[in-house]
Amino acid sequence: MHKMGFLDNLKAGLRRSREAINEIFYMGGEVDESFWEELEDTLVMGDMGAEVALRVSDDLRDQAARENLTRAPQIRSALAERLAAEFPVAERDPFTDVPSCVLFVGINGAGKTTTVGKLAGRARETGVSCVIGGADTFRAAAIEQLEVWGQRAGVDVVTRERGADPASVCYEVLEEAERRGSQLVLIDTAGRLHTSSDLMRELAKVVNVTRKRSKMPVSVVLVIDATTGQNGLNQAHEFNDALDLDGLIVTKLDGTAKGGIALAISSQLGLPIYRIGVGETIDDLQTFDAREFCRALVGEGM
Amino acid sequence: MFNSLSDRLQDTFEKLRGKGRLTEDDINLAMREIRMALLEADVNYRVVKEFVARCKEKCLTADVLSSLSPAQNVVKVVLDELTTLLGSTDSKLTLAQNRTPNVIMLVGLQGSGKTTAAAKLAYLLKKQGRNPLLAACDTHRPAAADQLATLGGEIGVPVFRGDGKDAVDVASGSIREAVDRLCDVVIVDTAGRLQIDEEMMQEAVAIKQAVRPDQILMVVDAMTGQDIVNVVTEFANRVDFDGVIMSKLDGDARGGGALSVREVTGKPIKFVSMGEKPDSLEVFHPDRMAKRILGMGDVVGIIEQAQKVADEQQVADAERMLREGFTMDDLLAQMQQIRKMGGLRKIMGMIPGMERAMAQMPDAADDSQLVRIEAMIHSMTREERMRPKVINGQRRRRIAQGSGRTVQEVNQLIKQWDEMNKMMSRMKGMMQPGGGKKGRRAMQQMMRNMGGGNFPF
Repeated sequence: MHKMGFLDNLKAGLRRSREAINEIFYMGGEVDESFWEELEDTLVMGDMGAEVALRVSDDLRDQAARENLTRAPQIRSALAERLAAEFPVAERDPFTDVPSCVLFVGINGAGKTTTVGKLAGRARETGVSCVIGGADTFRAAAIEQLEVWGQRAGVDVVTRERGADPASVCYEVLEEAERRGSQLVLIDTAGRLHTSSDLMRELAKVVNVTRKRSKMPVSVVLVIDATTGQNGLNQAHEFNDALDLDGLIVTKLDGTAKGGIALAISSQLGLPIYRIGVGETIDDLQTFDAREFCRALVGEGM
Repeated sequence: MFNSLSDRLQDTFEKLRGKGRLTEDDINLAMREIRMALLEADVNYRVVKEFVARCKEKCLTADVLSSLSPAQNVVKVVLDELTTLLGSTDSKLTLAQNRTPNVIMLVGLQGSGKTTAAAKLAYLLKKQGRNPLLAACDTHRPAAADQLATLGGEIGVPVFRGDGKDAVDVASGSIREAVDRLCDVVIVDTAGRLQIDEEMMQEAVAIKQAVRPDQILMVVDAMTGQDIVNVVTEFANRVDFDGVIMSKLDGDARGGGALSVREVTGKPIKFVSMGEKPDSLEVFHPDRMAKRILGMGDVVGIIEQAQKVADEQQVADAERMLREGFTMDDLLAQMQQIRKMGGLRKIMGMIPGMERAMAQMPDAADDSQLVRIEAMIHSMTREERMRPKVINGQRRRRIAQGSGRTVQEVNQLIKQWDEMNKMMSRMKGMMQPGGGKKGRRAMQQMMRNMGGGNFPF
């Protein structure tokens, strides 16, 4: 039932990009030069980045010539497949393959705290014992925000006062989780710009301490806002260089943003997308299916 | 990694620079590069298309200035267009004169930085002698009111939270509270909302009707991509904002969104938000932003920043340096000043052409160099710092050991000091040490020399 709800949400969210692509597909049966040009532009408009957009449309053009695809719907289907192939597949889902410890990192306002809250709620629903770690000791009221989420989800939050050392908070969180025998540990960190080298070093320390201390596998997940433009690539590169990321979560896909940057990051850095956020409720944080995502994006099977 | 906008444009213009005449093909080539560069900077596709078309038109028909080379003319045309697109003048906050309290309302997407911007705006107004009140009308995000209360506490501005249930009630309540407390301006922080969330957009309109704000400012994340056009268009249609605060511009986003917003809605960018501290809200300068995007450097910005850090004590130091020569302590102080201004990379990034030079030699502006030099100076005795001439071979070895560097590095540092000292003596010849004003100018001159690449490391 809610699978449908998710698809509907995603489709609604991606409506605009689909309309844009539909426009070019309906321009006539046969495709011509201006079709390819507009296809390129549409991909660029989806924040996919000029580089990926050009590569995708060039590949598709070769394929069309090779396989003699002359009609727009055939190309639409090929496009969906082609885009889906850009996403690497996750080997392991850190939120269901427990025991597991996940650190959430990203720039300010990406949606880390909200994501942690939703995932904790989901873990509780499925009967996985979970503990939330509040390592954002910098932002005003970040701990309070996390505690509200903890109460909603019925999951305990382990944290310290504002201004405490985040690495030592992580240490304590892991100790507490071991004492309780928790299977899933979700740790929220303070948002920071990737250009701030001091804060990135601090975060690297947090990650190192957690990786060393934890007996369960540790995943470091970059949370990225779907409305982000090409700077998202800079962000992902910097975070990946400093922390050696394991995967991505893309939030706020319920707006009109196409989230093309997710494709650019995922394909350039080879990082799988673990979850996408398509709405406000706990159920709207969904497992990512590349093919489904791309089909919805190009408007196939509507 | 892809190139920054200024890199790309400079590449293009370098190709044009050698030419005496530009053909239409040359201009087409330049325009294609500009188009790609603007797209990579997240300027909206439609905006790019129109912008490039206008630039090309101007380049072809141009009222060309004969004093400039053809390439310079293209640069000028693009720069002028960009500046026009960003808005030609600085835009200030316009508040009604005869109304108390004035009301400013902030709107935007989730996570764009409204709450932080609200606190920064309150701090700015307070510094201008106003008496602001912050209204916590984000009743949706958990602990949003706590966040505002904490920030308000830090900057000494009262925060009205009301019952924290209905945003419209809190907003109306905050106006009454402001009257009671004799506050003359209310800053209404609202919940983040998606432009397609009908219910939430209606709430924003309801708050607007309840408090009738003098100004509605939309907070826009500088990193937003192509979708920015849909977002601002819808917000402009529904709540009709008056201006924009660009947030997170302290990152490395080129902020192409600023161009899109201005072009699509015609609303001015009023402020840029440059960091996490309350004083990091700055007035937006379209000309500077345009120049920066084109890689022409933000020289005015450097001078202003230098002025901000150069306090009276340092002015006095500058005079003393001119009189008595340059000591290792002075070198140390300058080093710390550079760090205060945001590190070498930030300063150098503001200088014309430097950004490119830096990309070619990534180690050149490495701040860890500063740390090493600091360590070496810290390993010197007081006498050695005051009179570096006394540092002989034995002392060099000791300093090297003390700071964990090699003797060669210590030698290099001493050589650098020597060169700076010579520079200082030359300056002494150029200007008389005198009043505070002259000292300040000398200081600025020095800052500029340092930033301009004359700083010998």
